[in-house]
Amino acid sequence: MNGLSNTQLVLLGTSLLGGVAGVIGSFAVLRRRALVGDLLAHSALPGLCVAFLLLNSSSTLGRAGGETASATHPWQFTVMLAGAFIAGLIGVVAVTLISRWTRTKEDAAIGIVLGTFFGAGVVLSSWIQNLPSASSKAGLQTYIYGQAAGMTREDVWFITAVSAACLILVMMLYKEFMVFSFDPGFAQAQGWPTLTLDLTMMGALALVTVVGLPTVGVVLMAAMLILPGAAARFWTDRLGRMLVISGVIGAGSGVLGTLISAGVFEETFGFDPFSFGYNTRNLPTGPVIVLCATSLFAISMLLAPRRGVIAKIARREAVRRRIQHDHLLRSLYELSEPSLAPSASGAVSTAQPAEVTIAQLTEDRSWSAWRAGRLIRWANARGLTQPTPHGARLTPDGLNRARRIVRAHRMWELFLISGADIAPDHVDRDADSIEHFLTPEMVAKLEAELAAQRKLPTAPDDVPDSPHALASKDAARVDGGAAL
Amino acid sequence: MNPSVTDADRAAAAAINTRRAPPLEIHDMTVAYHRKPVLWDIDLVAPEGQLIGIVGPNGAGKSTLIKAVLGLAPLASGKVRIYGLPYSQQRHLVGYVPQRETVDWDFPVTALDVVMMGTYGRLGWFRRPGVAEKRLAEECLEKVGMAAYAKRQIQQLSGGQQQRIFLARALAQDAQVYFMDEPFAGVDAATEQAIVVLLQALRNSGKTVFVVHHELQTVRQYFDFVILLNLRLVAAGPTATTFTRANLQQTYGGRLTILDEAVEAVRLGEAPR
Repeated sequence: MNGLSNTQLVLLGTSLLGGVAGVIGSFAVLRRRALVGDLLAHSALPGLCVAFLLLNSSSTLGRAGGETASATHPWQFTVMLAGAFIAGLIGVVAVTLISRWTRTKEDAAIGIVLGTFFGAGVVLSSWIQNLPSASSKAGLQTYIYGQAAGMTREDVWFITAVSAACLILVMMLYKEFMVFSFDPGFAQAQGWPTLTLDLTMMGALALVTVVGLPTVGVVLMAAMLILPGAAARFWTDRLGRMLVISGVIGAGSGVLGTLISAGVFEETFGFDPFSFGYNTRNLPTGPVIVLCATSLFAISMLLAPRRGVIAKIARREAVRRRIQHDHLLRSLYELSEPSLAPSASGAVSTAQPAEVTIAQLTEDRSWSAWRAGRLIRWANARGLTQPTPHGARLTPDGLNRARRIVRAHRMWELFLISGADIAPDHVDRDADSIEHFLTPEMVAKLEAELAAQRKLPTAPDDVPDSPHALASKDAARVDGGAAL
Repeated sequence: MNPSVTDADRAAAAAINTRRAPPLEIHDMTVAYHRKPVLWDIDLVAPEGQLIGIVGPNGAGKSTLIKAVLGLAPLASGKVRIYGLPYSQQRHLVGYVPQRETVDWDFPVTALDVVMMGTYGRLGWFRRPGVAEKRLAEECLEKVGMAAYAKRQIQQLSGGQQQRIFLARALAQDAQVYFMDEPFAGVDAATEQAIVVLLQALRNSGKTVFVVHHELQTVRQYFDFVILLNLRLVAAGPTATTFTRANLQQTYGGRLTILDEAVEAVRLGEAPR
């Protein structure tokens, strides 16, 4: 570590910190304990202040605190972190006690304790600011806002040791952490000491939080525990992979944030691809790291396959389009159904289906003419219909597909009427929403069910009559009446 | 994982080696949450190799009974013995199916991962499941008819399939006694039938299976032995002689028993005035 330049040193520190925060934080995210990171970070502040006061009150150490964290002695650094660690754990214990022994729920208890500790911390720290003797107020500021650039060799050693310890812990207790996080009751029944496991996880979380304080500061450390895990969850359905991805996202945020705020991109490329024309040279490293993690989270949330927002919208859109296509084919079938009527011999008519006009469609479906036209163009392009002067006509292919859809729709209607006691004039809407999701097995089950009730026409591929009045049939009946 | 064992326990265990102890014995057990008693003075001896239904109205303490036996609910008094010894020494003989809603099904694990958890107890600290554990888990998935879903994330399974995953996990525990908390809740008729067949197979191979059950209509059909519960033990015995109108009336009828009133009095006694 001695051969490293200052920037390299900081890079190593922030990437390790981001990585280990991502791994440990993943468990907090999965256990829905994400707020505990917040709690730990905030309640660490009064601990820092008390440790600081202790250090300054002992006379031999009075001068020792330098202008910045980089000037403090390593063991002072350790005392400060110990103070933060202890205060953080006291905060967690306070929340546990409040939520267990009073009516206050855990989230409210976290809010109360977090606010109280942070308030006390701010009061203490401003009191320290006003102490005439305190030569090293800046040292305390470091912990509140974070100052990655001031990282010393010793700091980085410390971060490395803590990161290694936490990662080894997670690797060794991977199976125990998994069963405990997923099903604590089962884990306990199986004999795992769940309280110890819980405390171990909390302890690791507290340790990482406290070690991260000088780099990204009190408020932002909590974000570094949550963001990478939450982002990683979008990319995978396996715990092991999630931990790795979360670690990579955390470490990546650390590297990216450090490089941006150190102006390394500008030095290397002559311009900074992330600066958008602004000078990024003097931006604080901690917040930039967190913003990098946020960007990676946003990218994950939007772009991840399967779980991402865009993939979800695309899936919903595909279903919506399929339903519209089903509706179009069913309308085409039903509007031309009179022309398809079986001949007296019972055989299906071989005559061409009648033309269906756009006007008929818009009336049947309450579609706009534009939408009906667009859907017809889709069907024409697929060879399901052929264009006619005022609309379209089903091709044999289209007729087959439409028949399947109508058959499923009507069987579902019949089933709803006979099996679920729904009034015939209400079934159309209900059938509409389900029929598109009927699998071939379910259709077969429906067939068996309806056949048992003698509700199905005997021919295997015949379409049963609609159980309710159809616009086309009404029209035919009225026409017939007029002719008589 | 091994709390202290008293000499009396050891002596009991020694005595039992000659005469096999029952799979479950409960003496004077009272369970209380926040000093509110949930189960009073339960005394119970369950026979081996039977399908045993735990039946009673909502809030009767059926789940609590199982949890107390497994050390998940605090005993206010009394003791529990599994084959003559405390549960903490007999964990390897016990399989557990918790209620399905108690876990987050969005957790990033596959069906096979969950079933493999059943083997963790035998593995002990730090050891990762290997080929043998994986094969066992696959066999258990096969037994519940879920082999095709091994690699599915558990959120992508139906309620009945999730229930069968939990069952497979208990099978992977390879136990002598099984405690199942409402394994039929929210499953379709076909799945319920499949589960019943599986439970009967377990029983026929000599295992003892406790099942928290809601549907009174199916009790006679499913269970050899019933435990009727309503804050206290109403009756326990072979289904044919115990699942009677009189006992049911006592379990379900007369909502406010003196026990309910006592529980309510304790609650109000601690409430602010």
